[in-house]
Amino acid sequence: MSSKLKLIGLSSAVSVIALSAAAQDPVSLTIVSWGGAYTASQQRAYHEPFMEANPHVTIINDDGSANALASLRAQSQAGNVTWDLVDMLPSDAQLACDEGIILQIDHDEMLAAAPDGTPASEDFLPGSLGECFIPQIVYSTVLTFRPGAFPDDAQPSSIEDLFDTENFPGRRALQDRPGTNLEWALYADGVDPDEIYEVLATPEGVDRAFAKLDTIKDDIIFWTEGAQAPQLLADGEVAFATGYNGRMFDAIEVEGMEAAIIWDGQVVEWDGWVVPADGPNEELVMEYLYFATDTQRLADQASYISYGPARASSAALVGEHADLGIDMNEHMPTAPENYFAPIVLDNDFWVDYGDELRERFANWMLQ
Amino acid sequence: MAIQHATSEEGAIGTATDSRGRLVTSDGTPLRRALERANRRRKLTALALVGPLLAFILIFFAFPIAQMMWRSVDNPQIVNALPETLNALEEWDGQGIPDEPVFAALHADMVADLDRPRREQKIGPLGIRLNYEISAARSAISRTSRAVADFDAPYKEAFTDAHRLWGQPELWRIIKREGRPLTASYYVAALDREYDAEGNIVKRPENRQIYVSLFGRTLALSLAITFMTFVLGFPIAYYLSTLPMRYANLLMIAVLLPFWTSLLVRTSAWIVLLQQQGVINNALVGMGFIGDDGRFSLIYNQTGTIIAMTHILLPFMVLPLYSVMRTIPPSYMRAAKSLGARPWTAFRRVYFPQTLPGIGAGGVLVFIISIGYYITPALVGGQSGRMISNEIARHIQQSLNWGLAAALGSMLLVGVLILYWLFNRLVGTDSLKFG
Repeated sequence: MSSKLKLIGLSSAVSVIALSAAAQDPVSLTIVSWGGAYTASQQRAYHEPFMEANPHVTIINDDGSANALASLRAQSQAGNVTWDLVDMLPSDAQLACDEGIILQIDHDEMLAAAPDGTPASEDFLPGSLGECFIPQIVYSTVLTFRPGAFPDDAQPSSIEDLFDTENFPGRRALQDRPGTNLEWALYADGVDPDEIYEVLATPEGVDRAFAKLDTIKDDIIFWTEGAQAPQLLADGEVAFATGYNGRMFDAIEVEGMEAAIIWDGQVVEWDGWVVPADGPNEELVMEYLYFATDTQRLADQASYISYGPARASSAALVGEHADLGIDMNEHMPTAPENYFAPIVLDNDFWVDYGDELRERFANWMLQ
Repeated sequence: MAIQHATSEEGAIGTATDSRGRLVTSDGTPLRRALERANRRRKLTALALVGPLLAFILIFFAFPIAQMMWRSVDNPQIVNALPETLNALEEWDGQGIPDEPVFAALHADMVADLDRPRREQKIGPLGIRLNYEISAARSAISRTSRAVADFDAPYKEAFTDAHRLWGQPELWRIIKREGRPLTASYYVAALDREYDAEGNIVKRPENRQIYVSLFGRTLALSLAITFMTFVLGFPIAYYLSTLPMRYANLLMIAVLLPFWTSLLVRTSAWIVLLQQQGVINNALVGMGFIGDDGRFSLIYNQTGTIIAMTHILLPFMVLPLYSVMRTIPPSYMRAAKSLGARPWTAFRRVYFPQTLPGIGAGGVLVFIISIGYYITPALVGGQSGRMISNEIARHIQQSLNWGLAAALGSMLLVGVLILYWLFNRLVGTDSLKFG
C-alpha cells in the first residue's frame, strides 16, 4: 500500500519535473548595451537577479550600443534580427521607432506599476517615456575640471567659467558634436536654460552660439569616445573636460583621479531600452522588461553606478555604493543640490535640427 | 602548347585525312574539332579552379559595392508614402503653396498609412528622408500624422495649423522634386551644393560646406603620409637588403612586430607619447630644450594623424621596397663606381631607377589604405586631422543617412580608381612589384 503510494508520488514527481523541463527549454537572451562600468551595473542589478529567478535563461551581453541604430536597421533589412533587447539613447530610439524597426510600448500594460500602485506612465520621470522607449537611467553631461590647474582661491564653478579663458586659462576637452556644446555656449551667453532650444531653432541663435564657441576655439581639444574625456583630464592634458557624469564619478571615486564636477548647466538626458521588432524571444523579453524596470531594480542599479533611476518611486530607495559604501544620493544628477540649473536635452530638437547643425559644427571645427 | 596538349590526349596526328582533305586524328575526328574540345576542357578546368574565388568576390565584394553605389541614388521614400499627393502635385506650378486638392490628397495618403501594419508604414521613413533636405520636417510629419485622423476639410488650413512647415513653399518644392524613385540629391549634398527655389544647383552657405574641403584634406594627408613612409621606409629597406639574410630576418621582425600589434594599442601608445604632458614633451622640457609653457602640440591635430598613420602604414612601404631591393645585384653599383661614377651618381642613375617598381607598389598601397582610414584619425586627429572616412562612418553609424554615406563612398571609390588610372598611365602597373 505505502509502496504503491510512493510509486505514484514518485512518478507524478518525475512527470512534474519532466513537464516543467519541457516548458522551460534553455533560452539565451542577447542584450545590447554600452559595455564597461555601465554594462557591469546592469549585469549586477538586472541580469543576475533575472537569471536567478529564471534558471533556464542565459543573458548574453553585447557591447554594440554605440552603433546600435545602424546594426538594428541592417538586421531588420536582412530579415534576421538576432538582438533581443537594446540599450539606446532616446534620439536614436525615435529614429528607429519612425522606421518601424523597434516595437511600440504600451507603458502601463508592459511595465510594472510603482509599489504604491501609481501606473508606470505617471511614475517614470515626466517626458522620459517614448513611443518605443523605456528609460532606465538619467545621466548627464557635466563639466569637470582639474583643481590643480587653478589657484585654490579661484576655482571655476559655472559653465560661464568654461568660456572665460582669461581667468581660467588652459585647454578644454569638448565632445566633437554640436549637442551640449551649443547649449552651453548659449547658456554661458546668458540664455535661460528653459529658452535655449527656442533660441537655437533660429538662425540668429545658432550664430550666437557659434560666436560664443569661437572665443575658446584655440583652446579646445575634441574628444570622440566617452573614455577619452577622463583620460585627458587624468593625463593633465586639459584643465576642463566635459563628460558623462557616471564615467567621471568612476574616474574620481573609484580610480582616484583628481578632478571635480561642476553641476551647473548639466545637460540631462535619459538612456533606456528598446525592443527590436521581430526579435527571436519577444515574450521572454517582455517578461525581462517588466522585471528590470520595476521600482526596486532601477534603484538597485544606482548602487553600482552614479546614474539616477528614471522612476520617481525609485529615488527614495537609492542607497550606498555596493563596493565603496559611499552614499550615492549626492552623486546623482537628479539630487536636489546638483539639479539647480539643469538643461534637459531636447531630443525632438536634435532629431529635427541635428543634421544641419552637425554640418555647421563640422565646418566650424575644420576652419 | 595547346596543340601538344590536345594531341597527347586525342592520339598522335597521323597523316590521315578525311574525304574533304582535312587532317584527322587517329580516331577519325577532324583535328580542328578535337583541338577545340581539348581547349574548352582546359578552360573549364581553369574556371573551376578560379570559380570559388570568383564567386566569393562577386558575392562578398562586388555585390555589396554595387549595392552601396545603388543606395546613393535610390529614393523610394516619398514615392512610396505619398502617391496621391505626387499625382495632385503634377498640376502645381511651384509658386506659393499648393491648393486644396493637394492637401486633400496628402490627407488621404496619411490616413491610408495609419491602416497599414506598423512595419509597413511609410510615413516614418518619409519624415526621416525629408529631414535630410529641410530641418524640422521629421517632427512636422510625425506631429501631423498623430493628428491627421481628426482633420476635417478644408485640409489646407488643418495642415498649416498642425505645423508651420506645411505652409512653406520650400517643403512642397522638395516633395515634388524628390518624388521620383531616383535622386541626385545625395551627390548634390556630397559636393556641398543644394537646390535653390528655381531648382538650380547652387553652392551651400559657406558655413555648411564641409565635404569638398574634407576630400581635399584627405588627399593631402594621404599624400603626406605616403611621402613620409617613403622617406622613412626607403633607408630601412635598403639597409635590410644589404644585410646578410639572418640579420635581415631579425630586423625584419622589428619591422613586422608593430604590424602584428593591435591597431588600437599602437594608437593609444602614440597618445601616451605625443600629448602635451606626454613622454616626448616631458623629455624635452626635462632636458631644458623647451620651456614648460612651450610644449609642442603633436597630437589631436594633423601632425598627430600623420605621425600615427605613418607608423602604422610603414610596413606596407618597407615590404615591397625590400622585396625589390633584394633582387638588385650589388655588382651593378660596383660596376658603376668602377666606371667612374661618384656614389651619389651611381645611386641616382643605377640603383634608384631599379627600385621604382617597389616605390610605386608601396606608394599605391599606402596611399590607398590611408585614404580610407578612419580609426586612427578619429582618435588622434582632433579637429584638423580627421578625414572623409570619418564623415562616412558617422553617416553610416550615427546619422543613418546611408544615401549620403553611399554618395561620399562612391565618390571616394571613383576618385581612387581615377588616381589609379592616372598612375597606370604615368608609371604603368605592369612595373608594380608587391614582393
